[in-house]
Amino acid sequence: MMKPKTIVEKIWEQHLVLQEENKPDLIYIDLHLVHEVTSPQAFEGLRIKKRKVRRPERTFATMDHNVPTINRHIINDKIALKQMQTLEENCREFNIPLADIDHPDQGIVHVIGPELGLTQPGRTIVCGDSHTSTHGAFGALAFGIGTSEVEHVLASQTLWQSRPKTLNLKVNGTLGTGVTAKDLILAIIAKYGVRFGTGYVIEYTGETIRSLSMEERMTVCNMSIEAGARAGLISPDETTYNYLKGRRHAPEGEDFTKAVEQWNSLVTDEGAAYDKTLEINASEVEPQVTWGTNPGMCLPVSASVPDPEHEGNPAKKEEILNDLDYMGLKPGQPISSIKIDHVFIGSCTNSRLSDLKKAAAVIRGRKVHPSVKAIVVPGSFKVKQDAEKEGIDLIFKQAGFEWREAGCSMCLAMNDDIVPPGERCASTSNRNFEGRQGNGARTHLVSPEMAAASAVEGHFVDVREYSEFTALT
Amino acid sequence: MEPFKLHTGLVCPLNRTNIDTDQIIPKQFLKRIERQGFGEFLFFHWRFEDDGKAKENFPLNKAEYKGASILAAGENFGCGSSREHAPWALEDHGFKVIIAPSFADIFYNNCFKNGLLPLQLSEEEKEYIVKKAETESYKLTVDLEKQTVSDDLGFRTEFQILPHHKEMLLNGWDEIGVTLNYEDRISEYEQQTSK
Ligand code: SF4
Repeated sequence: MMKPKTIVEKIWEQHLVLQEENKPDLIYIDLHLVHEVTSPQAFEGLRIKKRKVRRPERTFATMDHNVPTINRHIINDKIALKQMQTLEENCREFNIPLADIDHPDQGIVHVIGPELGLTQPGRTIVCGDSHTSTHGAFGALAFGIGTSEVEHVLASQTLWQSRPKTLNLKVNGTLGTGVTAKDLILAIIAKYGVRFGTGYVIEYTGETIRSLSMEERMTVCNMSIEAGARAGLISPDETTYNYLKGRRHAPEGEDFTKAVEQWNSLVTDEGAAYDKTLEINASEVEPQVTWGTNPGMCLPVSASVPDPEHEGNPAKKEEILNDLDYMGLKPGQPISSIKIDHVFIGSCTNSRLSDLKKAAAVIRGRKVHPSVKAIVVPGSFKVKQDAEKEGIDLIFKQAGFEWREAGCSMCLAMNDDIVPPGERCASTSNRNFEGRQGNGARTHLVSPEMAAASAVEGHFVDVREYSEFTALT
Repeated sequence: MEPFKLHTGLVCPLNRTNIDTDQIIPKQFLKRIERQGFGEFLFFHWRFEDDGKAKENFPLNKAEYKGASILAAGENFGCGSSREHAPWALEDHGFKVIIAPSFADIFYNNCFKNGLLPLQLSEEEKEYIVKKAETESYKLTVDLEKQTVSDDLGFRTEFQILPHHKEMLLNGWDEIGVTLNYEDRISEYEQQTSK
């Protein structure tokens, strides 16, 4: 009998171009996603060495990090404009399909890949962006790379990679009402720390994961990198196939049936061995709020921020003090007493249609607190359009949210959407690093539902007790 | 890329854990389309006040660490964003070696493409180096060939590195050039798998 294998081992073996002793493997890359920020130097490198793009049709580009989300065609930032123009020129020169700022396919690179059906089970997918792990939700092996590697993939459609170790993250139990996929992944990182995934590919398994929708699975896989793992994935199943069917780049008709057969063969075999296994019980997870400057500094909304006096380890104590200072919080302050100035609903973690609907359900008929400035930035042009068809935009606008065009926006504040120094933002994004949303900005990561509820109250509230709300279907 | 064989340099301590690439090079500097010139923006918000004045307390600004080419930091160095601007900025500023008890994967890989050596030592070894560098002008010698780090005071330790990474640095290889020598293997793979 064949040795049982994990999905990671199977995908790896199917992509081996070359394997030699004392060397990483040379693996084939099926899909390369490109955006404006991490690609210019790679294209320049090709030009200098007179190299071609080996497979332009396996490459897909969009603009997301820099793009304005209002007044889209007045780009005051000359350097940003130049970067976007450079991508346009590079795509033209090297024949790469591009969804530019006016294109109906434009959006955050990790939102549009799945949306267009480019992201498929069993594929190797890379992008010069660490949240490429998002695509793992489909059972693809997807990871972020640096610009030199972007150039390497453009030139050769391959990468040298050491075979990763595998980590089985088992999630069982039912997520409570008002507790989301975002809370689950934040709770996982809070429990095991921001380094537990370093050197591993995380495979999320268990009944809870099976019951998640594709969009929820993307939220979970998205944040694998915040645990140090370059990739996180989920074996494909009916949920995956139903999502993919009919998407523009997905196989059609008989080809689809054949593809499903092949995809099913990728699923991790019963009894396959992992290098490490961790577990979490989903029914114990509460809505989460980060209080510090990395995603592992995270607590249930019902808790209070740490008191450094209770920390015995001097280095840790110092770290807590620094973080409380940066975040402008008092030791032991209840999380629910933290007042916020901004709410950002968006980013590749939580800007898909279902995220917007869940947030809209919370704020329907309510108003954003007068001291809060709140914006919604849909993940893609299509998400925006679909939401508008259903009138979701109106719910947000009537509540006092600004409704913007698609892009990364306040997730990393490279465009004009910036949190001013010392101000505080409840954000559905994935990083609460110092200055991430603007120099001196204070970020608290939360789910879309929690962001919506805190927008209304002006401080954090437990969305479960907040009051009855009916989900929009 | 310049080959890296043996390097002796001044150590600058930056003893924090989880130093992320957003701190190493903040996003407002990622809009440039060039590969050079990022050094002046290295650790920008840690290094400078809002009005552009240098923060005296930040190690990189202190006279005693001027010209340092070895940075000693806490664990999980380079976590977060995949931006290769981080190693570009470190290299452009003059660093050749980064010492830490652990590194984030993408950053670690990015270093080798830019002639920068990410050197993993134990927590104790790192602490020893940081303490020394905090109290006196302290130099280390890194011998990549022998895989050793040592000082003049009798400290000497071996470090681990993948043979492939070592070779890349020692030879200053253009990795893409190496890969393109396997062109026929890549074509063969594409034919066999109808890709
Ligand atoms: S939304 Fe944020 S995390 Fe996602 S790709 Fe854009 S900048 Fe990166």
